[in-house]
Amino acid sequence: MISLLTRDMRLAVRAGGGFGLGLAFFLIVVVLVPFGVGPQSGLLARIAPGILWLGALLACLLSLDRIFALDWEDGSLDLLATSPVPLEGLVSMKALAHWLTTGLPLVLVTPVLGVLLNLPAAGYGPLVLSLLLGTPALSVIGTFGAALTVGIKRGGLLLSLLVLPLYVPTLIFGAEVARRGAEGLAYTAPLAMLAGITCGAIALLPFASAAVLRINLR
Amino acid sequence: MASIWEYANPKKFIDTTDRLLPFIAVAAVAALVVGLVWGFFFTPEDYRQGSTVKIIYLHVPAALMAINAWLMMLVASLVWIVRRHHVSALAARAAAPVGAVMTVIALVTGAIWGQPMWGTWWEWDPRLTSFLVLFLFYLGYMALWSAIENDDTAADLTSVLCLVGSVFAVLSRYAVNFWNQGLHQGASLSLDKEENVADVFYHPLLVCIAGFILLFVALVFLRTQTEIRARRTRALLARERLG
Repeated sequence: MISLLTRDMRLAVRAGGGFGLGLAFFLIVVVLVPFGVGPQSGLLARIAPGILWLGALLACLLSLDRIFALDWEDGSLDLLATSPVPLEGLVSMKALAHWLTTGLPLVLVTPVLGVLLNLPAAGYGPLVLSLLLGTPALSVIGTFGAALTVGIKRGGLLLSLLVLPLYVPTLIFGAEVARRGAEGLAYTAPLAMLAGITCGAIALLPFASAAVLRINLR
Repeated sequence: MASIWEYANPKKFIDTTDRLLPFIAVAAVAALVVGLVWGFFFTPEDYRQGSTVKIIYLHVPAALMAINAWLMMLVASLVWIVRRHHVSALAARAAAPVGAVMTVIALVTGAIWGQPMWGTWWEWDPRLTSFLVLFLFYLGYMALWSAIENDDTAADLTSVLCLVGSVFAVLSRYAVNFWNQGLHQGASLSLDKEENVADVFYHPLLVCIAGFILLFVALVFLRTQTEIRARRTRALLARERLG
């Protein structure tokens, strides 16, 4: 399983795919927002948590179809499925690799982008914390969506449509933590909910993803 | 001993529903006509809302059916996963567009009602938002059905999506509650008599709800029959091509 993880990460980083793409997209969104809404720093500070969360979510969405598509095309997914590693483990490792190559870099660059959007000083801690807790859920849910659409040619649009409503609770609680943090309010309640969603998703969704993948590989 | 699983046989299902369908359809039309005419023309106007209160006769039953259609799909999906009866999978498929239309009716009549009452077509209110999310779930479900060519694979995948989606739909419902306080009123219908709307509105509303339920059942029966026949036609055509 560890070798699977390192293989996936090496592929993601070297093949010039999802790794840079998600980050670049995130950067573009955040840099373009001030041009779109105007440079007033008060306004930017107010919408900064939401924009950063939304940018991270969309950047995640962008790289989802790479989770299984390439392995499906060259047939290595069939080989992986017949290997002694249980499919649930495979799916979890795929999700983890996706998070390490997409979610974690996004979390790490967020403070820098927060400066661009004039995020209040009190907001950095909660924002990074909420993204750190929330992006694993995005990866796990996205892996489920990717497993659902793996057999479909050009399933990218369908994938976004399926994953979009599934992302709603995570986004609501995540952005709520960041917003309350930036405004200096108490944010433990939404943070606990966010952590609950993430833990639940990590614990249960790999089974659904594996079941779906088994159907698709039939 | 007759059991409900007899209807897992497509022929038995078609025979029975064929016999029931005219009665259900007529009853649905009768209930809708009686309920809507009674509601629109023979109830007083609300002392604050005026005549706009009459949208309730479309809005509430449609919203009710939008949720119950998803619930029915959930049960049908479970039956498909556990017992693998094709009729059940097809019934879930048949119910999805009906449920989606009910969701749209609820959203649109809600907007038309909201404009004069709240002064806005749309508000990010918990109930409105969760209905929008429900609509997205319906869209994704139908899109997945039509995107996959193999029938059994499609049935399996959509069933799992329905199960996972239900969990997330409930999660979103509570998440949006947390996120924003609403303009929408609380429940106006409940078994607890105290909370109900006044009787003059309540009785025609009940008739309308019965009409929508019957309409939903009739449409689902009809669409399931169509699905079964379409699949049979495809099988026959495939056999002809081989022979």
